[in-house]
Amino acid sequence: MITSRRITHPKVVAQRIVSRILSHATLIFAAGIIGLPFFWMISTSFKSDVEVGLFPPVWIPSALLWENYVRVWTSAPFDMFYLNSIITTLSGLVLEVIIGAMSAYAFARIEFPHRDALFLVVLATMMIPGEMALVPNYLTLRNLEWINTYQGIVIPYVSSAFGCFLLRQAFFSIPQDIFDAAKMDGAGHLRVLMSIALPMTRPVVATFALFLFIAKWNAYLWPLIVTNTWNMRTLPIGLVLVREAEGTLGWQHVMAASLLVLLPVLIVFFLAQRQIIEGIARGAVKG
Amino acid sequence: MNASQASAAIFGFPRLTHYQRERLTFLALIAPNFILFGVFTFWPLIYNFYLSFNKWNMITPTPTWIGLDNYATMIQDPIFWKVLGNTLYLASGSIAIRLVLALALALVLNQKLAGRDVYRAIIFSPTFTTGAAVALVWTWILHKNLGLLRLPLDLLGIASPNWLTDVNWTIPALIIVTIWRGLGYDMVIFLAGLQSIPAELYEAARVDGAGRWSLFRHITLPMLSPISFFLIVTSIIGALQVFDIVAVMTGGGPMNSSKVYVYYVYENAFKFFKVGYAAALSMALFVITLGITIFQTRLSRRWVHY
Repeated sequence: MITSRRITHPKVVAQRIVSRILSHATLIFAAGIIGLPFFWMISTSFKSDVEVGLFPPVWIPSALLWENYVRVWTSAPFDMFYLNSIITTLSGLVLEVIIGAMSAYAFARIEFPHRDALFLVVLATMMIPGEMALVPNYLTLRNLEWINTYQGIVIPYVSSAFGCFLLRQAFFSIPQDIFDAAKMDGAGHLRVLMSIALPMTRPVVATFALFLFIAKWNAYLWPLIVTNTWNMRTLPIGLVLVREAEGTLGWQHVMAASLLVLLPVLIVFFLAQRQIIEGIARGAVKG
Repeated sequence: MNASQASAAIFGFPRLTHYQRERLTFLALIAPNFILFGVFTFWPLIYNFYLSFNKWNMITPTPTWIGLDNYATMIQDPIFWKVLGNTLYLASGSIAIRLVLALALALVLNQKLAGRDVYRAIIFSPTFTTGAAVALVWTWILHKNLGLLRLPLDLLGIASPNWLTDVNWTIPALIIVTIWRGLGYDMVIFLAGLQSIPAELYEAARVDGAGRWSLFRHITLPMLSPISFFLIVTSIIGALQVFDIVAVMTGGGPMNSSKVYVYYVYENAFKFFKVGYAAALSMALFVITLGITIFQTRLSRRWVHY
């Protein structure tokens, strides 16, 4: 880009301003359209029965009916759904980070015969679509008597080819001197992993954990198959079942429930949006 | 006293050499990942292959061997072909629009603008939303009489179709949702691609007197071709794997008009209890995905301009 050249001709300045306004207008329009479903969900969730039935729609409800949320919360064990989602998401996330980091460290830092061939085995698992494991994994869990348990929801999805790959790259980027110094101090591999490798790659680990949080919170197909009682359902499944089971729920209630499910991922996303988006961009261009 | 000395003292193990200790540490560190891969990734592949030659409802103690019957059934199953067609329709219907809009937005965003991060975040935000929840939000937006989408259609003087109950409109409805969810992702990938094009390329062309359109046509577009190709492949694989949106919005209906691949596998296994047939479908999914991936690596080596 040529930034040093100053262009001051009035016509050029005017052109720049027009182009800038057009850019903002385009982006505001696009962001508005994309964001509209969220606004519509929130707006509907506070409406009365009468307002929900109006067309053209009321954009801002005349009164905020918080009781829609109370109605939804009490119409099904939403507290259990929340608890189940939090337990399975967090335990799955922690396990997957640990398991991924352990194997990544081994592949990056410890000599072993045919290490690179073994690493290809890890990469090969990425070629197998997870959906094809549905039936066999269900049967495996049935044999383990893990159907309708937390470990049944969590364990089949904590192995991590992606995490192993990502963290291995990150560990390679740490200068050799640092490891040498640690070794001189007599630190073993586990200590090097915990007090050097992981802390020094914290941004990568954090981004990985954010992706896992979102992916596990949103999981639908597997928890649907592996749970079968209300008290074991996670939020996305509970949400859909509530709507099917409760014929009297209006759209305001369904939207309130949807917001309850979406809220944690939306908060996490907007708090860490830069990290998440840049993680995506980096992965795609390099990978 | 280090760990191996401790274990030697406690368990009476012989003292290990440095290399043996290193190798054991390596194995211990990769063990959790590899055991889980073995049980939940590779074993399913083998077991699925075996099950695909059997008939089983998961209730009788053992499967019954029926040879290639499931595969023969699959080739003659009109729903199987319908499902593949639906998947392709869903992928191709959304990808063209997604690519054009995403590239346009990426070009606009690829300049110094106030609030750039905010725009980017909002446009990207649907990508990581919970499928089940946004499926309900869209079911409400697509409501024939009260839905938000009726507003622009009324403005154009078009009657709102029965999006989710008319066989001709279910896939277009899913395409709309897919575009909404995927556009920001495509845009972010394009944006990264734009930023990786070396500025010298543009400078050199400008010195040669190239105009803006010419720069776009002869530098930007060719340089983005690997990324466009990647996004097309991703969207096909994504369409093969979509489940939650379809399960919640249409349940694959009416009359299989919106049934997609993974939904059909799920239905056969866990609703009809035709485990062998579901396994055969899973094997086909594996082969198709593998085929696409190999095709992608082959083609991107030959066809894509760097």
